[in-house]
Amino acid sequence: MSTGHQRLKGPGFVTPALIWTFAFFVVPFLVMGTMSLATLEGRTLVWGLSLANYAELTEKAYLWRAIMVSLEITLTVTVVSVILAYPLAWIIAYRIPPRWQRLALLLAILPFWTSYVVRSYAWLLVLAREGVVNQTLISMGLISEPITLANTRFATVTGFVHFFVMLLTLTIYANLVQLSPNYRRAAMDLGASAFQTFRHVVLPLTLPGIVTGAFLTFVLCIGDYVTPQILGGNTELTVPQVIMVQLGRRADFPLASALAIVLMAIVTLVYILSARWLRLDRL
Amino acid sequence: MNRLKTALTGTTVLTLAAGAAMAEGELNALVWCDHTDPGLIEPFEQAFGVKVNLREYEGTGAALALLEQSRPGDWDVLVIDGIDVFRAVDAGLLAPLPDEALPTDDFFPQVVMAENNSVDGVTYAVTEKFGYNTISYNADKVDPADMQNLSAVWSEKYDGRISIYDYYLPVMGLAAIANGIDTAGIDGASLAAIGSTLGEMRARAASVAGVVAAQTALATGEVDIVVGGGEWLTAVLAEEQPELTWTIPQEGAVRWAQSIGVLESSENKDMAVEFVKYITSPEGQARLATSSCFWGMPANAKAGEFLTDAQKNTLRWDEQPDYLARTQLYPAPDTDLDIEMQDLWLDTLQQ
Repeated sequence: MSTGHQRLKGPGFVTPALIWTFAFFVVPFLVMGTMSLATLEGRTLVWGLSLANYAELTEKAYLWRAIMVSLEITLTVTVVSVILAYPLAWIIAYRIPPRWQRLALLLAILPFWTSYVVRSYAWLLVLAREGVVNQTLISMGLISEPITLANTRFATVTGFVHFFVMLLTLTIYANLVQLSPNYRRAAMDLGASAFQTFRHVVLPLTLPGIVTGAFLTFVLCIGDYVTPQILGGNTELTVPQVIMVQLGRRADFPLASALAIVLMAIVTLVYILSARWLRLDRL
Repeated sequence: MNRLKTALTGTTVLTLAAGAAMAEGELNALVWCDHTDPGLIEPFEQAFGVKVNLREYEGTGAALALLEQSRPGDWDVLVIDGIDVFRAVDAGLLAPLPDEALPTDDFFPQVVMAENNSVDGVTYAVTEKFGYNTISYNADKVDPADMQNLSAVWSEKYDGRISIYDYYLPVMGLAAIANGIDTAGIDGASLAAIGSTLGEMRARAASVAGVVAAQTALATGEVDIVVGGGEWLTAVLAEEQPELTWTIPQEGAVRWAQSIGVLESSENKDMAVEFVKYITSPEGQARLATSSCFWGMPANAKAGEFLTDAQKNTLRWDEQPDYLARTQLYPAPDTDLDIEMQDLWLDTLQQ
């Protein structure tokens, strides 16, 4: 009796999660996949098994370019965010006394408390020709005329990095504080320099935290619409922006779905490549 | 001003009193942001004892998709781009409107647009507001004389000081006008010339911006000119920054218009028609024209009686006969041409 009861416990615990995943991931994904195989003829949606929407990726240069732009921006943001977040997480974990660490983390995530859209517009004002950055550089005599910072890829990357450094700091910090100080002590005892200790001991052991944060950064960044729309000034278009254009006037859901599936395929590929180090359970 | 407000309120109450006995309830309207101004909606709600639920949308495609996915009766009123009324009619979404209830005789004749709002002699929508996609600029930063010539606007002189409004139809309409092509005459063959002009514009532009971004760019000095801008862009900024203004160049410009209709599936059609009547009445028109979201010319010329001189000045009321004569409705392409135009636009942005 008790064995049978226990046998039922497993499915009992898992079923709600399965229902949730099925309802909010599998079903929408199937709908989107099916929609991507439909076509829009005139203004009429024609269901079918056509690959025409995927073929447009090779026929229309701006679609392929959007994928490249999205990848370039996302990779830049991910690399820059990791480079900035690691030292920050290190300082919080090892240089700040434990009693101040909670405050330091709070300060690190403080920008999360403001609206994403408001934060993006704030960056637009900071980077404007009359904005803080240009005015500071001019007053310091470093430039004589304002330089174009807003409405550029630089602005998009800056807005993203500001957001994702916080996220990465948390995942890397979580990894660093779980690392026993004995590893570093042992390495030093064996004659390793500080750099060698970091290079051969700490970095490999914190790789799961870095990869986990980097993967989340990649996923959130490549699918984001708001930041490039506000800060990029449409000087180049990412995939989410092109999806929005397809939906806005023509309601071309089939092509928009195909583009969304392509984004998902890219994310899946990145997941496979990074799966070895991913530790999503540590979040 | 107070006297005007009192007159406006008094007239509204009298005008709406006839319908005030109607049953209380709710009205659901799918609208552009200018209808969300409480100053516009509340007088109607009070007069009819009805709650008007508003939902904003952007893009006709998004609106039609939303309506097609809604249950019958979910929506009562639709505000739609004037050139897209036929799409809603084709989809069977709009109900016929009673012609005798619409004050179109008082409208500026050019914006009655019966050919857009009617199908087979049946009226399905009525124009409620219009304006121009033209050139907005900072008069302190650019030479106003240059703004009278479209090719000068995107010349080397203003390199990096231009923002382009992020909607392909009006901007491509302006590009067509710059090439001497009528917006109604745009076809596949004319896209090469239009594309070339778009490329020139794009090369000079610092950004391609939506409404808020374009306003921000102009107000903060990020750019000095918005191609495709107009009164809808600068009017709400006029009080604080009078140097931000707009003009219609010698070649002309593009005219936009929005229409309002009642949905076929509405279960509250009588009230919905009352709402349309209110919006197209002189009082409703004056409020809609000066909505906090964006300003635009009222279709009903009698709205002028309810606007202050300052408001009329900002809207360029007295210049309307000249502006209406020199502007063309923005392109209304069929499906195939629309795809070509959108592809050309996206190609240009990605260059």
